[in-house]
Amino acid sequence: MLRLDSVRQRYGDHPVLDGISLTVPDGQLLCVVGPSGCGKSTLLRTIAGLLPAHEGTITVDGTPVTGVPERLAVVFQEYGRSLLPWLTVRDNVALPLRRRGLRRAARHAEAEAILERVGLSGVARRHPRQLSGGMQQRVAIARALVCRPSLLLMDEPFGSLDARTREDLEDLLLEVHRADGTTIVFVTHDIDESVYVGDRVVVLSHGPGSRVVRDLAVDLPGERDQIGTRGLPGFVALRTEVGRAVRHGE
Amino acid sequence: MTRRQELLLGVLGAVLAFGACEAVSRAGLVRRSYLPPASDVLARAAQLAGDRAFLDGVGATLRAWALGLGLACAIAVPLGLLLGAVPLLDAALRAIVEFLRPLPSVALIPLVSLLLGSGTTAEVTLIAYASLWPVLFNTVYGLAETDPLAKDTLRTFGFGRLAVLLRVELPGTAPFIAAGVRISAAVALILAVASEILSGFGQGLGIFIAQAETATDGTRDVLAGVVWAGTLGLVINGVLVGAERRLFRWAHETPPARRQPGPERQEART
Repeated sequence: MLRLDSVRQRYGDHPVLDGISLTVPDGQLLCVVGPSGCGKSTLLRTIAGLLPAHEGTITVDGTPVTGVPERLAVVFQEYGRSLLPWLTVRDNVALPLRRRGLRRAARHAEAEAILERVGLSGVARRHPRQLSGGMQQRVAIARALVCRPSLLLMDEPFGSLDARTREDLEDLLLEVHRADGTTIVFVTHDIDESVYVGDRVVVLSHGPGSRVVRDLAVDLPGERDQIGTRGLPGFVALRTEVGRAVRHGE
Repeated sequence: MTRRQELLLGVLGAVLAFGACEAVSRAGLVRRSYLPPASDVLARAAQLAGDRAFLDGVGATLRAWALGLGLACAIAVPLGLLLGAVPLLDAALRAIVEFLRPLPSVALIPLVSLLLGSGTTAEVTLIAYASLWPVLFNTVYGLAETDPLAKDTLRTFGFGRLAVLLRVELPGTAPFIAAGVRISAAVALILAVASEILSGFGQGLGIFIAQAETATDGTRDVLAGVVWAGTLGLVINGVLVGAERRLFRWAHETPPARRQPGPERQEART
């Protein structure tokens, strides 16, 4: 379980987050939406232990976050910058396993298994920059999953992909989430996306000094599909509500 | 322009320059003892390839070159990583570095000869000193260019500071370091030949040139020696460029937004 208790964050004198309190139960896929510049990424980096919280506490399974929590994985929007271009796809994916003291062959086997799972079995020996953007982000997702994280943070992971690729990856994420039950915090500025992938949507207000202005459970069938789900009255109603909250910050 | 056209133009340029030198000399525009015909110089240079003593000299020069360059890399890369990783140290040493860097290394030859004599030790020291800078600066510069997001990614997987340095920063900086080494290789060759010419003792390509100077009609030999020096530089550069292309192919694949490879911040300076 992830808990944030009155977390404040600032850059110099500039307040970014103004008292964020949230409890994310195990296995939940929480979407965080908000207008651009509202501090969504800062929130994620704070949870990841990359930025120390200015005030307030964050705990993961009861342990306060002081550095990077154990069994964490992060997927950033800029896959081109977060994958290491000198390593092959397989070595990129196998990289986190190095901390577990696995032998080379075992690392490769695990990496290849996870690559197959994200639909990339043919490209293990290629280099990231030889792949399309969507495939590169699949590699980044595979790398995040390879250590079976208990907490997965995603910072607008599909924001720079074309619509079709994005939908495919949203479905991939849902599939992984359903199978593994990982706790996921998914930051996006796309309202439809937040309702489509989330179990719950939290809306942050305009900066400076964002707070939580809406906390909505997504009451849609677990089995989702891109055409059908988006046409459901429940989906449309939620999307409208989230959209209104994002726009008016109320 | 294709590689082929580039190569063709390069050959054309060389042939034209050769023809001009040849014509100027043959036409008697300058005295032959000042500028022998280019064909004579090339013939002599080719003849030297069969001259045992000369080849030993070239071997000695190359040995000093390799030792000096190797020493420079062994010092500059760790030092550069240290300076890049510890801002405090960088700030403390910046003034000294900026003072030493613009000193023309050739001007240090008399000082070093005075301190270390005129043997291989002095030569290697000079070469190492001069070729230290391009490697050092490219290492520091490359390190500063490392993508912070790549570092953050590794941190989120639980890697510590040292692991991030070895797994992200060092490999990411490698193309910059290699470009520095290539620039230093030329600097080192200049220093090797120059220090031999100025010291005038022992064995080496520079010694050959220095001694030819004093012989009657020695211009041809001097120029033949120079042709050898230039050819060595050309070959070394070619080998290093080829190695960089091979090793850092990833740096030439469409880069993602912010970084352009092929760094050449540091100009060759002696």
